[in-house]
Amino acid sequence: MSDTVIDLPTRTPDPAAGQVALKAPAADPALPAGPDPVKQKAAAPPAERFVMPDALKRPAEALFWPLASLLATMLLFGLMIALLGKSPLQLYQLIYVGAFADSFAWQNTLQRAAPLILTALCVALPAQAGLVVIGGEGAVVLGGLAASQVPGLLGASPVVNLVCMAIAAMLAGGLWIALAGYLRHWRGVNETISSLLLSYIAIAVFNHLVEGMLRDPASLNKPSTRPIGDANMLGVIPGIEVHWGLSYGIVFCIVLFLVLRFTTVGYAIRIAGGNVRAARLAGLPVGTLILGCCFVGGAAAGLAGMAEVAAVHGSANASLMAGYGYAGILVAFIARQNPLAIIPVAIVLGGIGAAGGLLQRRMGLPDATMMVLQGTLFMVILAAETMYGRLKIFRPAGQ
Amino acid sequence: MNSDIGMWGIVIAVIGGAIRVSTPFLFVSLGECVTEKSGRINLGLEGILVMGAMSGYGISYLTGSPWLGVLVAGLSGCVLGALHGWICGLPRVNDIATGIGLMLFGTGLAFFLGKPFVQPKAPTLPSIPFGGWSDSPQIQAALQVNVLFLLGIALAFALHWAFRNTRWGLIIRTVGDSADAALALGFSVKRVRTLSTAAGGFLSGIGGSFLSLYYPGSWNESLSSGQGLMAVALVIFARWRPLHCFMASLLFGGAGALGPALQSVGITSGYYLYNAAPYVLTLGIMIATSSTKHQLAGAPGELGVVR
Repeated sequence: MSDTVIDLPTRTPDPAAGQVALKAPAADPALPAGPDPVKQKAAAPPAERFVMPDALKRPAEALFWPLASLLATMLLFGLMIALLGKSPLQLYQLIYVGAFADSFAWQNTLQRAAPLILTALCVALPAQAGLVVIGGEGAVVLGGLAASQVPGLLGASPVVNLVCMAIAAMLAGGLWIALAGYLRHWRGVNETISSLLLSYIAIAVFNHLVEGMLRDPASLNKPSTRPIGDANMLGVIPGIEVHWGLSYGIVFCIVLFLVLRFTTVGYAIRIAGGNVRAARLAGLPVGTLILGCCFVGGAAAGLAGMAEVAAVHGSANASLMAGYGYAGILVAFIARQNPLAIIPVAIVLGGIGAAGGLLQRRMGLPDATMMVLQGTLFMVILAAETMYGRLKIFRPAGQ
Repeated sequence: MNSDIGMWGIVIAVIGGAIRVSTPFLFVSLGECVTEKSGRINLGLEGILVMGAMSGYGISYLTGSPWLGVLVAGLSGCVLGALHGWICGLPRVNDIATGIGLMLFGTGLAFFLGKPFVQPKAPTLPSIPFGGWSDSPQIQAALQVNVLFLLGIALAFALHWAFRNTRWGLIIRTVGDSADAALALGFSVKRVRTLSTAAGGFLSGIGGSFLSLYYPGSWNESLSSGQGLMAVALVIFARWRPLHCFMASLLFGGAGALGPALQSVGITSGYYLYNAAPYVLTLGIMIATSSTKHQLAGAPGELGVVR
């Protein structure tokens, strides 16, 4: 690619960068920014052009490329839809209407985003420790199954039931993913493949139990476990009318972001993820860190299963396998494994999912349309990884 | 021999099933073997497999020729493989993540384009009856061997020979073992890997067409259940040797045939658990063969996933 093409955006400061400037201190995921910005300003040539402060360059770049990828995906996918003789403009308009146009659409979007936030953490947290775990679906179904059994066994008051359901779900999901981490660290088994195999095994166990031992005899057409009972259902957050599972995910994300960014444990995790050998030399307990990250990630996915059971389905059945575990992989990679970025990304992807039904009805497009859109987005986002550091405007001064 | 053969029925059904079920494993694992020998991993074979199954079935339905379907399945796999190869060739792009992306993309695209082919019945691939010598219908059914299976065996031998004896075999192995050495010799690492990934995609696409055009022999959205991904583990188990890929495929095929075989003789309890046998087997093999201490014997030096 020629330099002129790459140089283009430097002349016109992009609007995304301008927006970042306003909320930079909160959103700044950069490592301690090197030189003092004041000194930098003095060193910089007296330019009449816009010069971005160094501290803003990394967050601006981290926002610019995903947005550019989203735009490129919309162009590519729109082209494909146009080739099939449908209108891309109508398609995107319908996605907007189905996902974000009114409060009903927003409820639908947020309800889908809630499990996505949690399953994305199941990818992002192990990724911070250097592992690529893609078995979140297994943790979701096992978490949901574990949660569905608690009210029947415990029979306590609804609040106690719900707390115990959450604990059971987090234990089930956490242990399942921790197993992949254990195999990775102590047996050298590739965690990407093993976690997906574990997820298939978890689904088989789930089906076996739900259609056998734990089946509610009253569920005829769709094998399910016994209902958890209306009293034990998770309520909605007043005002936005979305179940409390959404808040679990958001709290989880914020806490993990703070832990990763501002605590020694988080620092140790990032070292272990960046360079295992260096971490070992520094005397860090790499194995424990990996196990912990996998456990907490799996616990988040398990909690997603619990929220689906306790707030949406009322019992554990095949509806739990709605692909939230797989979509969570996509969310985590788009968010570049940053817990805070997961929240908006999950809302966007939840919206795309929520609009699927509308596209089916209005445009006669198959339900897999959204899968293609998400798959295209995923590929473009990954390919865009190569663009980081290539634009002059995002490079620290002097480089 | 009478028709009541008791427990032997299960054994015969597993052997027959192994021959049928192993064919997609065989093609996908040989394809992945070629890709991994060049030092790159393609986790997206699952998506390519499903895409191959869909395009093969669709073309067979539209043209009436299942063999043309197989060819087009291979070509569609080749295109997706080349896409993976190209994206991974960009600097700083992670091949594992791209593979996961391709898995989602290929599956989604296949479901999207394959919607019209879910109902209609397409002509399927022929098979050769090797069981004519026996009176037993079970044995006759078990020994209905598809031509693709035989082609796959021939291919395993051909690849085994080619990796040792041809210029291209040597180039691929060099690139896979040491990119620096390959560069020093003047080979383009990027191009060799992209071509190897495309070739691997071609074979995986053919493996997918077997699913829709022979066994189970129809196109629907639950056709593949992770065969593409298991093939990746299978190649590690086979230590990147084509002939071992063939034997490992038979083993995996047998594990996959266990559930249906037990069901055919009336054992239905634990159906889901028996069907999970291939996953448990794969995991068990990976645990038994992996090690934290040293790299696997026979692994291409540039392959990151086994380190």
